[in-house]
Amino acid sequence: MLLSTSLASPAIGTIFWTTFIFLLLLVLLRRYAWGPIMKAIKAREDMIRNALESAERAREEMKVLQSDNEAILLKAREERDKILRDARHAHDRMMAEAKEKSQAEADAMVKRAKELIEREKITAITEVKQEVARLAIEVASKVVSQTLKSDAEQQKLIGRYINEIEAKSN
Amino acid sequence: MKVRVVYLLIILLVTVPTAFPLLAAGEKAEGDKSPDAKEEFDASTFIIEHVTDSHEWHLWTKKDGSHVAVYLPVILYDRSSGFHFFSSRNLAHGHSHDGFAVAHEGENEGRIVKVDAEGHEVETALPLDFSITKTVFGMLVAAVIFAWLMLSLAHSYKKAGISAPKGLMGFLEPIILFIRDDVAIPNIGEKKYQRFMPYLLTAFFFILINNLLGLIPIFPFGANVTGNISVTFVLATFTFLITQFSANKTHWRHVFAAPGVPLWLLPVMIPIELIGLISKPFALMIRLFANITAGHIIVLSLVTLIFIFDTIAVAPVSIGFVLFMDCIELLVAFLQAYVFTLLSALFIGMATHEEEHH
Repeated sequence: MLLSTSLASPAIGTIFWTTFIFLLLLVLLRRYAWGPIMKAIKAREDMIRNALESAERAREEMKVLQSDNEAILLKAREERDKILRDARHAHDRMMAEAKEKSQAEADAMVKRAKELIEREKITAITEVKQEVARLAIEVASKVVSQTLKSDAEQQKLIGRYINEIEAKSN
Repeated sequence: MKVRVVYLLIILLVTVPTAFPLLAAGEKAEGDKSPDAKEEFDASTFIIEHVTDSHEWHLWTKKDGSHVAVYLPVILYDRSSGFHFFSSRNLAHGHSHDGFAVAHEGENEGRIVKVDAEGHEVETALPLDFSITKTVFGMLVAAVIFAWLMLSLAHSYKKAGISAPKGLMGFLEPIILFIRDDVAIPNIGEKKYQRFMPYLLTAFFFILINNLLGLIPIFPFGANVTGNISVTFVLATFTFLITQFSANKTHWRHVFAAPGVPLWLLPVMIPIELIGLISKPFALMIRLFANITAGHIIVLSLVTLIFIFDTIAVAPVSIGFVLFMDCIELLVAFLQAYVFTLLSALFIGMATHEEEHH
């Protein structure tokens, strides 16, 4: 009783209708449902994959950019240091040069002053000599005019005096 | 596989103690058919009537004994008289119409046969019965729901463009992706799976929707569609045909000249291989049919317990068990749809598998 005839034996009508309905569904859904659905899902998956890939790429680029930035920064810092160093050098050099120059100038001035003094001194001495000579001659002429007894002896004496004066002045 | 064990236990628990009173009831009912006597409840007939196909959709029986039913169209083709088209109301209660009636006994029980004026079965070829039976009607309802569901899904994809899945998409897309990523691609392969996706998806959802609707005991649902051997036969045949028509050289070589098998063994091997080809879809057919029918029989058996014990006190127990069974049936509905699809994909994958170069 439990295994009734119609339970386990196929019926032609049901087979026909099942085939018909299933085929219809297969054709209809293949064209209007599965195609578009699978395409949409695929499109979204592709988009997500692309988005992820481009994000990854962007991150890589960022990394490269960042390291570039760092390099640039490092270079800039180095350059700055170099400029500062150079400036300090230049400053030092200039200071040294200026000092040297002023020293040289001062030296030159002292030298010139010394020369001037020397020259003035010589002139003064010459003048003094001449004055002494004049005075001597004057004295001598006075002496001569008064007591010119022995000419030769007097001449000799005058000469000696002059020489002595000369030697002293030198 | 655990589900099978649970099944078996429940079938044993339910059917063994109830089988004896059932048999007794059947014998008594045959002997005494007077309308006054309180008619014994025949559970096995009741259950079989519910799981088998019929030309009318019986809803309930009134107190006065008259039936409330949806009468479905009968379409017959007789070799001598051509097509006949009439309502199954004309065949109700053993009536005959145009020389046709539903046989109530003999080998054609339940089928429409030709009868003579006195209502005796005429020994001729059976008319071909293309009626919209309960199964076909239930299947049509499921097909309409299925088509509507998927077409609106496709529409929402078109409308939404590329966006996060929501609503219907969010519910169905994981299932579709599951079929693609865990059924089609691993079994058929990345290169060829796309050709078979429409079939696999259609088969999966067709079985699933019919399984689920079969669990709803309210008209127009509840027809035992996937528990009908004709339906599972067609589905298995589809898998068989798709497998054979997409099979490659390697597949046929394995059937007719399996590599490494000595020549004298081939006369033995070829029939075995051919039987193997048939037995795979045959197993598909029986598995789906048996699982779903068994589920329906268990639920119905639990319900009939109330009438067998003839007391309302059993109802809470029955309802509790039925609820439990329905939960398992829900799982089975998904499981069997999945198993059918998985095995179809597996067979297709085996037939289209490229020969490995060693």
